[in-house]
Amino acid sequence: MKRFFHYVAAIAAAAVVYALPGGDAAAQQKVLKFIPQADLRILDPIATTAYITRNHGYMVYDTLFAMDAKFQVKPQMVDKWEISKDALTYTFTLRDGLNFHDGQPVKSSDCIASVERWAKRDALGQKLAEAAESWSAVNDKTFRLKLKKPFPLTLEALAKPSSNVPFIMPERVAKTDAFKNIDDATGSGPFKMVKEEWVPGSKVVYVKNTDYVPRKEAPSWASGGKVVKVDRVEWIYIPDSATAAAALNAGEADIWEQLPPDLIPVLARNKDITVKDIDPLGSMGMIRFNFLYPPFNNEKMRQALLYAVNQQDYVIGIAGSLKNGHPCYSYFTCGTPLSSETAAEPLKGKRDFDKAKQLIKEAGYKGEKIIIIDATDQPIVHAQSLLTLEMLKKLGLNAEVQAGDWGTLITRRAVKEPVEKGGWSIFHTWLVGPDMVNPAVNFPIRGTGDKAWFGWPTDPKLEELREAWFNATDAAASKKATIAVQQRAFEFVPFIPTGQFILPTAYRSNITGLIIAPINLLWNVEKK
Amino acid sequence: MAVVAFVVFSLLYLTPGDPAAILAGDAATDDDIRRIREKLGLDEPFLVRFGGWVWALLHGDLGISIFTNLPVTHLIGQRIEPTVSLTLCTLLVAVLIAVPLGVVAAARAGTWIDRTVMAFSVLGFSVPVFVLAYILILLFSIELDWLPVQGYRSFHEDAWDWLRHLILPSAALGTVYVALIARITRARMLDVLAQDYIRTAQAKGLAPRAVLVGHALKNAAVPIVTIIGIGIALLIGGAIVTETVFAIPRVGRLTVDAILRRDYPIIQGVILIFSGAYVLINLAVDLSYMFFDPRIRY
Repeated sequence: MKRFFHYVAAIAAAAVVYALPGGDAAAQQKVLKFIPQADLRILDPIATTAYITRNHGYMVYDTLFAMDAKFQVKPQMVDKWEISKDALTYTFTLRDGLNFHDGQPVKSSDCIASVERWAKRDALGQKLAEAAESWSAVNDKTFRLKLKKPFPLTLEALAKPSSNVPFIMPERVAKTDAFKNIDDATGSGPFKMVKEEWVPGSKVVYVKNTDYVPRKEAPSWASGGKVVKVDRVEWIYIPDSATAAAALNAGEADIWEQLPPDLIPVLARNKDITVKDIDPLGSMGMIRFNFLYPPFNNEKMRQALLYAVNQQDYVIGIAGSLKNGHPCYSYFTCGTPLSSETAAEPLKGKRDFDKAKQLIKEAGYKGEKIIIIDATDQPIVHAQSLLTLEMLKKLGLNAEVQAGDWGTLITRRAVKEPVEKGGWSIFHTWLVGPDMVNPAVNFPIRGTGDKAWFGWPTDPKLEELREAWFNATDAAASKKATIAVQQRAFEFVPFIPTGQFILPTAYRSNITGLIIAPINLLWNVEKK
Repeated sequence: MAVVAFVVFSLLYLTPGDPAAILAGDAATDDDIRRIREKLGLDEPFLVRFGGWVWALLHGDLGISIFTNLPVTHLIGQRIEPTVSLTLCTLLVAVLIAVPLGVVAAARAGTWIDRTVMAFSVLGFSVPVFVLAYILILLFSIELDWLPVQGYRSFHEDAWDWLRHLILPSAALGTVYVALIARITRARMLDVLAQDYIRTAQAKGLAPRAVLVGHALKNAAVPIVTIIGIGIALLIGGAIVTETVFAIPRVGRLTVDAILRRDYPIIQGVILIFSGAYVLINLAVDLSYMFFDPRIRY
């Protein structure tokens, strides 16, 4: 027995000695532990619109321009720029001190290649590409965009805050086919990804880019000085929300990006934890129809649902209570300059089921099967699906939920067959606020038929009005054009907004400097 | 293994789901997805894809993950240490507790000790792992602050921290196995203790401990070892709930995540590795029978 204890003691001593160096090195560093909203699987912010990849993009890449909290476009990598009098030529000059993580300076050719790749995938980028005649490098730090016709949204496009963001990558990476997923995370942003420590499904590690030269201005959304105040950031993916709450409570994590509503009171009780809405725009839920088959290929059927949808129910279903959201009777993110309640009467006020039933009758509904495809692994989708089912049944419609996972839903929604052959009638999803702020980025509103988003609505009038919005030259004209788009949207009903909700962020009391923005940005964050 | 490879590939080919759609994101159009599918080679016929996969497999290449762009071998390699660590710790906890409990319960059959062990056994089966896990976290991590809530630390980085991260998951996961192995041990020991040779050993005046351990337990060992072998196989990939609650990056979650995203190369690679591991475990269990029962010959 004595010998046994000697063995145990020897092994324990060896283990402790073996462990010491790593522990010392870690202790000297300021490490920010962040629980992200999802697991980072894809490194390419151009190949996917996934928000977690966009957030990764903000860590490692920089942008030419960025939008601030007042929705103003501010220069970021660009030092100065000129627009010709005919608005057909834009000349951009990069600021000093911009280097990629591999030590190479950021050149005009990198910016051109990056913007061109982005423009192949992003809807607003495609509009810019349509208007562009050429991009050319004047020298290593200056490049020029020549347009075929004026495109007033050029700078807004380059400052696009959400997916896809025109991040600047090295030319060798940006030359990759836009439909091929890149695996090189070399950027010129404030953090460097430590790819060797990346464990998909568990951990992503970033270290401070000590060569990064921040701008002098105060940070505002993704614009201004990106001053990194920690040495290392670890994104710890914790799939179970109860465990994530326990980890934050125990101090194993510093920030939890998005709290599920049921855990808000639990964490709010801890005096060492702050629960706060740091996302000023939140997200918007929606009901999307299949426009190819009855019954929702009939405008009156879609209009009927406008009278029945109760956004309060949806907000409570998604976010737990009206404290975490509110109705938003607009096709554009509420709280942003272009949102309004014009023509929103059918969606507002007391719900009118009689009117809805009358419209259903006028539509000539013959009891066609309505299939709602649901993803039970996505609480926001699942809650909306159940509420819509209940509403449709209350209206006397022949509706059914077919549940699966998110992977199945997004595959099935691409099926263009009728419901009898595996098709669908309705699905639900949500978009973050910045993705619905104007007619350019609000892709579900489009009516381009086969080329439109799933559901494939065709509405030339809506497209015409959207096109007119692009030509608006000032804020007033832009607002007027947006209102026209919305008026048409409430007639045509490309989708039904189900409300605006915010999932708050929780963080330990020793954390300061979180930037109020629709994206979780980790520069300026200090850990005391 | 060849049959497994063919069946797995065929099943995945027939399963609905499209990684290109998932990769493209919510805002992608049909056209975007079609072009991504082309780039990934997912539009190619079954035989071309299967042939390509088998050819790579023969060269030791399990392929590249569609989403992370990392080699499947690398992704599995990252999870081998946590997988083996939790499996062994759980098994160690289970065997060290369960076998003595089963032996004592059998030796004291019908007494309060036996009834307590059996009651514990029923409890171990009945309490869901995640409930026990949350209780352990609440008690030992939140209230007492003794052990970490979640995560995994490599043995090479910090051996003590490695052990600390494994205690709660092993305890939560091990409870079911303690219950199972203790029951099997007790039942088998009761059979053996009723045998004539045990009575003979007792009549010869051997010490009760020598009879129990040297004669009875060794003869009762074959079914116990079989259960332990099955336990190892189940623990490798079947501890998803524990992995999720304690956020341990093992192969189980890797597989589930890959299934949810239709990351075919990972699913194929993991299943192939699993089947290989199961074959080896069964072989080891079969060989161990010869040690416990010299009458068994192959």
